[in-house]
Amino acid sequence: MRGTPEVITAPGVGGVGDSPPRPDGTLKVTGEFAYASDLWIDGMLWGATLRSPHPRARIVSIDTTEALAQPGVHAVLTHEDVPGRRHYGLDHTWDQPVLAIGEVRHQGEPIALVAADHPETARRALARIAIEWEVLEPLTDARRAAFDPSYPQVQERPNPARHQPVRVGDVEAARRLAEVVVSGTFEVGIQDQAFLGPESGLAVPAEDGGVDLYVATQWMHNDLKQIGPCLGLTEEKIRMTLSGVGGAFGGREDLSMQIHAAMLAMRTGRPVKMVYDRRESFFGHVHRHPAEMRYEYGALSTGEILYADVEILLDGGAYTSATLNVVGNAASLGVGPYEIPNVSIDAYGVYTNNPPCGAMRGFGAVQACFAYESMMDKLAAACGIDPVEIRQINAASQGTRLATGQVLWAPLPMAEMLEQARTLPLPAPLDATDIRNLPGGASQTTHGEGVRRGVGYGVGLKNICFSEGYDDYSTARVSLEVIGGEATALVHTAAAEVGQGLVTVEAQIARTELGIERVVIHPADNQVGDAGSSSASRQTYMTGGAVKAACEAVRERLFERLDHDDLALAGGKIVSASAGVIASIEEVLGDDVIEETREYHHEPTTGMDKESGQGDSHTQLALCVHRAVVDVDVELGLVKVVELAAVQDVGRIINRLSLEGQIHGGSAQGLGLAVMEEIVVRDGVVRNPSFTDYLIPTIQDMPPMRLEILENADPRAPYGLRGAGEPPTLSSTPAIVAAIRDATGLALTRVPVRPEHITGR
Amino acid sequence: MDFLRPTTWEEALAAKADQPEAVPIQGGTDVMVEINFDVRRPVALLDLNQVRELHDVELVDGVQRVGAGVPYVRVIEELGGALPGLAQASRTVGSPQIRNRASVGGNLGAASPAGDSHPPLLAGDAVIEVESRDRGVRLIPAADFYLGVKRSALEPDELIRAFRMKPAEGPQYFSKVGTRNAMVIAVCSFAVALHPSERRVGTGIGSAAPTPRRALEAEAFMAAELDWDARLDPAVLKRFGELCAQAASPIDDVRGTADYRRHALAVMARRTLTWAWNDYRKARAA
Ligand SMILES: Cc1cc2nc3c(=O)[nH]c(=O)nc-3n(C[C@H](O)[C@H](O)[C@H](O)COP(=O)(O)OP(=O)(O)OC[C@H]3O[C@@H](n4cnc5c(N)ncnc54)[C@H](O)[C@@H]3O)c2cc1C
Repeated sequence: MRGTPEVITAPGVGGVGDSPPRPDGTLKVTGEFAYASDLWIDGMLWGATLRSPHPRARIVSIDTTEALAQPGVHAVLTHEDVPGRRHYGLDHTWDQPVLAIGEVRHQGEPIALVAADHPETARRALARIAIEWEVLEPLTDARRAAFDPSYPQVQERPNPARHQPVRVGDVEAARRLAEVVVSGTFEVGIQDQAFLGPESGLAVPAEDGGVDLYVATQWMHNDLKQIGPCLGLTEEKIRMTLSGVGGAFGGREDLSMQIHAAMLAMRTGRPVKMVYDRRESFFGHVHRHPAEMRYEYGALSTGEILYADVEILLDGGAYTSATLNVVGNAASLGVGPYEIPNVSIDAYGVYTNNPPCGAMRGFGAVQACFAYESMMDKLAAACGIDPVEIRQINAASQGTRLATGQVLWAPLPMAEMLEQARTLPLPAPLDATDIRNLPGGASQTTHGEGVRRGVGYGVGLKNICFSEGYDDYSTARVSLEVIGGEATALVHTAAAEVGQGLVTVEAQIARTELGIERVVIHPADNQVGDAGSSSASRQTYMTGGAVKAACEAVRERLFERLDHDDLALAGGKIVSASAGVIASIEEVLGDDVIEETREYHHEPTTGMDKESGQGDSHTQLALCVHRAVVDVDVELGLVKVVELAAVQDVGRIINRLSLEGQIHGGSAQGLGLAVMEEIVVRDGVVRNPSFTDYLIPTIQDMPPMRLEILENADPRAPYGLRGAGEPPTLSSTPAIVAAIRDATGLALTRVPVRPEHITGR
Repeated sequence: MDFLRPTTWEEALAAKADQPEAVPIQGGTDVMVEINFDVRRPVALLDLNQVRELHDVELVDGVQRVGAGVPYVRVIEELGGALPGLAQASRTVGSPQIRNRASVGGNLGAASPAGDSHPPLLAGDAVIEVESRDRGVRLIPAADFYLGVKRSALEPDELIRAFRMKPAEGPQYFSKVGTRNAMVIAVCSFAVALHPSERRVGTGIGSAAPTPRRALEAEAFMAAELDWDARLDPAVLKRFGELCAQAASPIDDVRGTADYRRHALAVMARRTLTWAWNDYRKARAA
């Protein structure tokens, strides 16, 4: 067997606050890292998936006989072969068929599976599955889905999937007092996670009738809760191991090939590997919800906002996926980090036959942030106030009541952060002698003609960890023993290292808490308790918190062996505050193994009231401020982002290198949404499912960044840290668009901004 | 699938004549992508990488003859002086990895309307040299080479040997619009070449019609109206842009709208001509 994860024996060096390089870094750069697509076991079969070409159609009949008769084909399965429950879904919605049952509701919906000796044989067999279709008009109008009761239903669950109002004060009364009123309708296109490692995994049938699954996923235990019932297996019969994950960004929260590969393995009695190609990957995972957002703000002429009247419409596609939570975030963070006394927000998530949407970095908050930050700029212009100043006038701070009534208990120095962003030195003026500095770069669309510079700001507020009353926790098992004469800690969690550098952070925490050098990391699997998802910027907080708690428990057990009450661990020694060094850890431990498992739960949250949206629905909120500087070729509509500066408060820097990587990456993803990334859909059909036409930023598009990282501790969080992965994804998009507006004078109400939006044709 | 590996040009021509359905492969940056995406399943691949002649760059009777297998990286490094328009276009192709492998011959073989080498080949009056074992060499002017979307004048038993182009006697420019700043297929592109001895302006339009094409009316207009001894008349410049835009027949697609393409072509035509004209005047003044 190849490509399965091994114990990581050298996960960097140093403790909390150091910046050890990552164990996977060199391997990834040199192409040696084993991703899930590299999994291999002798005798394995290859699985392939037949997917719907239609966004909405009835399946009159499926005939698999010819496919099954192909030499080398071992199984052809349809929904009739699903051993257990025939639907799965996040958040107990169970609304997504494992394989289509009588109808399809989006392009790319899985219909049938093939296992064959060779991937090519499997693909060819797919073409021999005969389906008789009754093609129906796709339901693609999100607005009608939300508001028109006569619009046909997409699936059994009725529209809207969720409507979440937020009500504060009296908007009608405030409207009468407003001296300045601005309004706008904003749109966000469908963004894709565009992770580079496509969905892949290996299912190996086990002798106990269960299955061993090796997959690239974000949250094994939540996968299991869906896989088990669908396969008709109890959870103990499914052994799941995380394989090399090539990026996730939310796109692996939903199941992809897990149940399919397991079904094929259980049917054939052979290991089955599945790997999507790039095109299939675009249909194999959910995307970011497209949004249409109508905003109206009223203010005094001094810039103080009196009210916000907001409607946010999110198109979730055919199945629920993460839509319920996306709506919750959009509603609770609909006006962002601003103090607004009167608020009316209505956020809707709907079912349509458009591509399915779910979790993606910053979900719900990203869409709203583009709208509310655009509104702040509009208001600034209408009041004749500087854009930074208008944000400072209305800025939230510690003690502010958000629209949900939740009070910001932790420091939130937003006005100061804005000031910091504003006073950072600006990049040098354009040097047009090198075309690579110009919009269009080496493509030489200008030598400087038509190029105008603009500056813009964006601020985003993101909830960290799970919200709305979810009992969010993570589990870590830490054991300490002497190996080869040296005290060694083994850290075992189910938390998914998806490329963010979690294993390095886990080891840093163990070193700090246990005062030792040698830490090894067990492969993530389900032989230890749930760690929750690698999403919501939560793993350093939650799994970091669990590792810390487990280490503390191990430490306590070690100290119990000694007769002192003022002990600490440092440099491999047990040190008493009064008596100095007492012994080495090795001496005290001897041949024993101390093992402790701990769950870490964050401060509980509450739900949002169904009518008013009120509640302490978030456990932590994190802020990022961006300043973007762009050069725009106003005649051709091409944009070069010259610089992105970010000011972010992370509470405590655990690993600066990884942290900066998160801020760079989040900003780049926000840049992509601002100027290029969109899944283009017509009549429910995706028109660009490839990296030829779904463009993500290259190194020529992503500018150097200036980072200012603040450490205002959150007293509730481990080490005072704040989740950091998502906030920059929120604020970079509106900052860039604001800068383009500044350069062009255009309104620009939709992202991604396309050249024709700037040129007007 | 057969994998044919001729080591000489003669062997390659013989292989193609014997098995016309064999698909030539040079850099493979189009062919392998198509195979990977299952767009085609050739019965045979004809690997041209061993054929030394296809890597030759030579000056024959004052004309550059560039082997079909010469990768873009060499066009950039070796031909920037003689064929500046093509070198600029080569600089915009894909990424360094692609430019190391991919060739102008492959671009011609693929004959995509979006291929970046086509506009400078058109503007610079390139001639494509093709050959078959049984019928010998044909010299096809670039303007006659492109027949339709991904269709060329190449016959099934023929291979592309080289392209021929006079070293630039005047300034040349290439410009390409894409929605990111590198690694992008052209939304539309434009090339201009001044031919001072003939008092002619050559043009090439990419990605804005079923084939790459010249803006013939614009060229005729310039032949009639351009005063080669004066500053560029803004009215002439404007008209040139309009005529270049009119020469296109673009479509709306996922990369851009037809209207935008026409607009962008006019802008690129004006800008590239202005750059070329300024260079030309500067050179004359010197
Ligand atoms: C990531 C990526 C980015 C790209 N970016 C660009 C871009 O920016 N601009 C652009 O124009 N193209 C781009 N391409 C497409 C491709 O690189 C070019 O078309 C390139 O010129 C092809 O050259 P090649 O040598 O690789 O051709 P191959 O793939 O080897 O061949 C291409 C075609 O030409 C035929 N052929 C090759 N040699 C001969 C010959 N001597 N005689 C007859 N037929 C022949 C082949 O049969 C095939 O049909 C890109 C491709 C990739 C994968």
